[in-house]
Amino acid sequence: MEPIYWPSFFFYLFAILACGFAVAVLLSANIVRMAFYLVLSLAATSGLFFLAGQEFIGAMQLLIYVGGTLVLLVFGVMLTSQERFVSMKTMSGDWFIGLMAGGALLSLLAAAAFSVPQWGSPDRAAVENLPVQKTAAPIAMGLLGARVDQPGPDEPQRGVMSGYLLHFEIVSVHLLVVLVGAAYLARAKRKTAPAPGV
Amino acid sequence: MNSTFHLANLLTEPPGIAHFMTVGAVLFVCGAMCMATKRNALGVLMGIELVLNGANMNFVAFGSQYLQNGGEYLGLDGPLMALFVIVLAAAEAAVALAIALNFYNNHDSIDVDRADQLQG
Repeated sequence: MEPIYWPSFFFYLFAILACGFAVAVLLSANIVRMAFYLVLSLAATSGLFFLAGQEFIGAMQLLIYVGGTLVLLVFGVMLTSQERFVSMKTMSGDWFIGLMAGGALLSLLAAAAFSVPQWGSPDRAAVENLPVQKTAAPIAMGLLGARVDQPGPDEPQRGVMSGYLLHFEIVSVHLLVVLVGAAYLARAKRKTAPAPGV
Repeated sequence: MNSTFHLANLLTEPPGIAHFMTVGAVLFVCGAMCMATKRNALGVLMGIELVLNGANMNFVAFGSQYLQNGGEYLGLDGPLMALFVIVLAAAEAAVALAIALNFYNNHDSIDVDRADQLQG
């Protein structure tokens, strides 16, 4: 009997947490509980990112998603939480159709994932002998426009593939536009005061 | 080179891309069903977040060197695309929440079934 491979154990732990709380989001009718389950599901997902060796993505998931986006959603829940909107029941016909389509899609996707031999479990000894890369520098260099992980075939004089500077700029401008747009959409409407004497 | 699912050596063999993809598929399907069945507009938003996370899981799995079994390897593309998805999800949540709050202010309701003014 081989000794337990502990990353595998933690993978199943976080996978069960992420999937279980995602199902809880789906099945819960209370919007406040849904928000809480979503926080737990996304946090467990970041644990899976850590396990896949993408520590930076996991940390950003916790910071931006769980710390930012979800707080935004919770504020939305609080601003609209009248008594009749907190718990809205789904019609049973919707449940039936949704479960049929969702179950079919899920079985298709899972079967497809496990049908490719190259996507199966890697060799244990090979994985355990991989060097650990304790730096986020390749990601930062990629965002600055230089790919350090693989040499570029088209630009041999530079020795690196062109990175993600353009994407980074586009996302930056997109965020700025979105912030302006969101502030404009959600601004407080000024009540038009009735004209004096009317 | 085990592509099939063996219950006996569940804890002794490392997880592969397929395992991560299955978790991503569960998140995706839950999110899609949330979008389809929830009547609260914020519930629909939460479904979108779940769908984006399921997609992110695939990017991360294909960009991870610890899950490689001689197949496709995205390298740095995986984590960077995942980062972009996270940032765009934050932007999308901000705009969608602003729209939902505007709808709530105008119609005094957050029920998506009430948002039928644009239907022909």
